[in-house]
Amino acid sequence: MEHEKTFNPTKSRIRALRLSPLNNLAVTCRHCEEPACVAACPREALSQDPNTGVITVDENACNGCAWCISACQFGAMMMHPEKKVVFTCDACKDEKEPQCVKWCPEEALTYVSAQELAQKSRISAVKNLFQEAKEKKS
Amino acid sequence: MFSYAGKILRVDLTTGKVSTEPLTEDMAKSYIGGIGLGIRLLMDNSTPGTDPFDPSNPIIFATGPLSGTMGPTAGNGYAVVSKSPATGGVGEAKAHGFFGPDLKRAGYDAVIITGKAPKLSYLWIDDDKVEIKDAEWLKGETVYHTDVKIKDELGDFYIRVSAIGEAGEKLCRFAAIINDEFRAIGRTGMGAVMGSKNLKAVAVRGTHDVDVANLDGFKEFIKMIHERMKGPATKKYKTLGTPENVLVLNSLSALATRNWTNATFEGAEKVSGEWLNEHYVKKIVGCATCGMRCDHIAVVPEGPYQGSTSRLEFECLWSMGPLCGVDRLDAVIEAMRIVNEYGMDGISIGVVVAFAMDCYEHGVITKEQTDGIDLRFGNAEALIAIIHKIGKREGWLGNALAEGVAKAAEIIGGDAYKYACHIKGLELPGYDLRTLKTAALGFSVSFRGACHLRNGAYSPDVKGKVNRFKIEPGRGKMITDESKMYNVIDSLIVCKFSRGTYYDGWKDLANYYTLATGIPMTVEDMAKAGDRIENLARMFNIREGKGTRKNDTLPWKIENCPVPDEGPAKGVVVNEEEFQVGLSDYYSSRGWSASGIPTAAKLQELGLGDLAPLAEQAEQRGA
Repeated sequence: MEHEKTFNPTKSRIRALRLSPLNNLAVTCRHCEEPACVAACPREALSQDPNTGVITVDENACNGCAWCISACQFGAMMMHPEKKVVFTCDACKDEKEPQCVKWCPEEALTYVSAQELAQKSRISAVKNLFQEAKEKKS
Repeated sequence: MFSYAGKILRVDLTTGKVSTEPLTEDMAKSYIGGIGLGIRLLMDNSTPGTDPFDPSNPIIFATGPLSGTMGPTAGNGYAVVSKSPATGGVGEAKAHGFFGPDLKRAGYDAVIITGKAPKLSYLWIDDDKVEIKDAEWLKGETVYHTDVKIKDELGDFYIRVSAIGEAGEKLCRFAAIINDEFRAIGRTGMGAVMGSKNLKAVAVRGTHDVDVANLDGFKEFIKMIHERMKGPATKKYKTLGTPENVLVLNSLSALATRNWTNATFEGAEKVSGEWLNEHYVKKIVGCATCGMRCDHIAVVPEGPYQGSTSRLEFECLWSMGPLCGVDRLDAVIEAMRIVNEYGMDGISIGVVVAFAMDCYEHGVITKEQTDGIDLRFGNAEALIAIIHKIGKREGWLGNALAEGVAKAAEIIGGDAYKYACHIKGLELPGYDLRTLKTAALGFSVSFRGACHLRNGAYSPDVKGKVNRFKIEPGRGKMITDESKMYNVIDSLIVCKFSRGTYYDGWKDLANYYTLATGIPMTVEDMAKAGDRIENLARMFNIREGKGTRKNDTLPWKIENCPVPDEGPAKGVVVNEEEFQVGLSDYYSSRGWSASGIPTAAKLQELGLGDLAPLAEQAEQRGA
């Protein structure tokens, strides 16, 4: 929605996948180190920002050959249904934060630094421990 | 005209002819979408007296104006409308999940399907490309496997499928159409209409954009609804879910038990929402675009039904639990799973089984006729066994019960009619109408037969806003007002679980509509649309001989068997006199005649002048 100004999940940069009711996940770019998509591109249309890890597609250079799509192990590279060039999550770099995080009604997504993530994990780990202890008591 | 696709698809399965026509702005604004648009298309595309299973009876898949947008709940729905094989009047039901938005993105506000395919087929709508494909290889297949196999055949995981199971193929009159594994177009037997057309499924892939008129305003509106969805208005659905009702209704002596023999259930605790969540619910999932996850996925951890998995809501839990006297949730979860496999209405099936059990206990049917199944109330194994028989139409009894309680009672004969709890041919949902009398009145006048979701008439009773042991003047207006709102909700195809998040009621809904479509809609316009849809549906029923005062009735037990349970409700029953007072009050609040027929003036006022001659004829026939 943020990039295309319309409602159309086939143009979305984050995709929900449900294999079964008990098995759901949102899939998007992992901003890998040494990303396979960039390495696979024969036209140097893809580049990675060294600071943020965001992958940028040069739409003039991309010819839609889809090598990056087969290279990405996370299924995060997508083909634009009309432009016929690839696209992927750019963490909404022109906005304050990724819009998926802002809009997720269940607050299931977060956008954090490694430091913040570690802190969050610590807090929830300790919470879980206390919860377990509590349950054992009762 | 934004957010509408602006196009209606027509498919004739007999000839294979496919065509499209535009949706006019006038039609869009007058009937909104969903059931409103669907019922108008049904009226205009059918001839009076057509048998629901006749190839010329159209079945209409309709999206709403908000389908395909990011609107929570409204973005993901669709409705199916046809003449109902259960009631002979308007049949309609809605489902959410993921199918609706794809149909909209494929470019259609509605699909009108007529005719009968020469052999079992499925309809494949791939944006503008529409194809009727062979489905003989899917004959007898469960809904879920049909879904998976069609996706496999077409080679795309993201294709959405809405399908029938064996029950639909075999014309069970309460067969459902199911998408996304357990999201059902449940009520009024729409699956059987598909079966009668040799139509196993509709598969759709939509890739077009859905644009709204005012994107910034629309985004702001849905952000607000998202925030409200995190609050108290949806708490019930996100925590215990609708099974919370079990103990609430039980405490009010309103939990219909053993086919409306009792109004409380001694095993309520063991089939309560609390028990379900503690022992069986493994995960709560949601539909596309919705922030109000409500699907409680229950898994049986041990015992004979170990591993059985299904989504369970109050109505189905009640119909196959307390109503059949069954206090074992593992059996109810398994029953729900197989009901979804056969593709049946989870409310009707329980009422049908309870009816059979009641007949059996009263000696109206014998053990020989049940093929040896001991159909006593409370026998969980018998419940599962008879569901299989009904789904397959196996044996004399299985075949009779697949006709629904109204027709089954005729087949069985004798006193069976006394135990058939239905209104207009549709089985009652989960409320004891003897102790919830506004609901009794509201359900009796619903245009699709016994239904709690046509006007929500149980709500004032359960919430204690009225004396629920009485029908008094004034109830008619309550039902009238709510029915308008419910009609609009089902035409926008907003999920009823979210109705509490529209704090400003009509104002919110009118605003939502205008932001999306760009068509100006005032609060008055919208309420009038709700009234228009009710009158239109009533006129369809009148045209088919099912819509006047003599059709607004209550089941025998509700009027003849006082509640036997100790407590405040002991001895309560609906008497015919108060019921008739209630009907008159309702008709007058609607601007209908004493026969329950809309007056010509009323129809003119609503822009339904074309139907006035029909109303006058019915009035002259003396209703």
